[in-house]
Amino acid sequence: MSRALAAILIAMLLGPIAWMLAASVLPENQIFSGAPIQGLLHASFDHYRALFDERGFLLPIRNSLIVAGLTTIIALPCATLCAYALARLPMRGKGLFLALLLAVSMFPQISVVAPLFLVLRATGLIDTYPGLVLPYVTFTMPLAVWLLTGFFRQLPRDLEDAALIDGASRLRVIRDVVLPVAAPGLASTAILMFLYCWNEFLFALSFTFGPEHQTVPVAIALFRGRYQIAWGEVLAGAAVATLPVVIVVLAFQRRIVAGLTSGAMKG
Amino acid sequence: MSTVAVEHVERIYSRRHAAVAGIDLAVADGELLVLVGPSGCGKSTLLRLIAGLDAPTAGRILIDDVDVTNVPPQQRDLAMVFQTYALYPHMTVRENLAYSLRVRRFDRTTIDARVGTAADALDLTMLLDRRPSQLSGGQRQRVALGRALVREPKAFLLDEPLSNLDPSLRTQARAEILRLQRRLEATTIYVTHDQEEALTLGHRVAVMREGRLEQLATPMELYQRPANTFVARFIGSPAMNLVPAAALGVSAAPDAVVGIRPHEAVIGEGGVRATVDVIEPRGHDTVVHLRLDCAGSPEFVITVTEHAPAPGSAVRVSWKPEKVHLFDSAGKRAG
Repeated sequence: MSRALAAILIAMLLGPIAWMLAASVLPENQIFSGAPIQGLLHASFDHYRALFDERGFLLPIRNSLIVAGLTTIIALPCATLCAYALARLPMRGKGLFLALLLAVSMFPQISVVAPLFLVLRATGLIDTYPGLVLPYVTFTMPLAVWLLTGFFRQLPRDLEDAALIDGASRLRVIRDVVLPVAAPGLASTAILMFLYCWNEFLFALSFTFGPEHQTVPVAIALFRGRYQIAWGEVLAGAAVATLPVVIVVLAFQRRIVAGLTSGAMKG
Repeated sequence: MSTVAVEHVERIYSRRHAAVAGIDLAVADGELLVLVGPSGCGKSTLLRLIAGLDAPTAGRILIDDVDVTNVPPQQRDLAMVFQTYALYPHMTVRENLAYSLRVRRFDRTTIDARVGTAADALDLTMLLDRRPSQLSGGQRQRVALGRALVREPKAFLLDEPLSNLDPSLRTQARAEILRLQRRLEATTIYVTHDQEEALTLGHRVAVMREGRLEQLATPMELYQRPANTFVARFIGSPAMNLVPAAALGVSAAPDAVVGIRPHEAVIGEGGVRATVDVIEPRGHDTVVHLRLDCAGSPEFVITVTEHAPAPGSAVRVSWKPEKVHLFDSAGKRAG
């Protein structure tokens, strides 16, 4: 029974991905033919070739990597310090602060597009990398702070106390003890932030004017021609866009899975 | 080494809950003082206050007669061993031992020498390149001790360092700590809930209850002249028998309480009539639970080394008058 359930779940999760991969190598006229297995005999990498040769898909990939990478690099340290303070230091109104923080991330994104557009245009940041990175930092921070606060609270307090008594300053305790021990949580949070930026569409569409700074989702959306949708290329683009995500997750997986805290305490 | 003193120290958490309610203590240079009491008595809180990990709401903490109440833990130059050991999981044993020295910017040769000495003393030399997760409980405990040892601090603070060890290892580790402390003549404050540990380790023992100091004395004096019924019951195992004086017909104040240690009472001719309830053989002796045949039939525990009576049998129990502890109605020692 549970095996059958697992099989159904896996099929549901992997089905679309298999479909995407299959369609990306099928000739355009075979994609909706209803006989994909036969179609696979004619499989080719034409869509991928078209993607990179004709559409210059490397540019949006580079843009996405820069924007998502910069956002993560800037927002993660800020979120870490903020979350540590919320988790450990004596402070008034922590609960209220956390609630307000969550409220920021519950703001419907569409409602801030227009005002943000005006701000970015006035500051000359429209259609630049910082013009995307700054809003992304704002919108990824709340979730990151929430996740990390919860994570830091779970860390054994004795470890930090021991480091304080060993003579380390608060910041040094964070660097030498908290961060290494919290590495799995930091890695998961970084991945989530990166993915948010990688997949974000609305801001990326609104705040960029041309291929120069467009990110992957925007580029794929704009594949649509006037009379037809190039499904093969869209799905090839989607496959390429998924790749970095898979690589990032695999790269961090060992850190996430390995229980780094084991052995610190009695158990 | 140094002296540590605590003056009128108080730590009140929210709304009248005083974890530590006005404590005065002075630890002499080279002394091992044990803080003992049931869980929740404030002994660990007091240790954290001395360490600087928590701030008292009133009172002063002095190290070498200098007021350190507002000095952060980094600058108090104390070393602490935690109940959970709190070893840095991402560092090897060597790095764990060296960390405090590295933070204090000692040079490499000094660090290596001190780590080597501590590792030698605690038999950790073979384990220096392992991580805490690869160590047994006893080994982790020794690393935790070693981390305190390398520092050569003003005083050692030990928070239930043995409570996570197997009983057999515990006795061994206790002797280890005793040997180290006496050899280094290190000023030490040792927190435990185990009265036996307190009696065997301490030069002096402070018994705490509900944030207050019940008695501060040498182990011998605690055992022989407990200041009140709480200390009398807490120190010694099995616990001292406390029986209303009236029930035994002892001539004393009307609601006085008589205390007799289980091994001071004997079964034989004469004395108070009693019925044997249950017996617990312990190998070297047997604990006999009795019910005295008097008003309220109070429970009475004695230990016998041979010929334990059968449960249900009627016996007579007696004791030497000079072995009797007398407490007044408030539980304070009388005379």
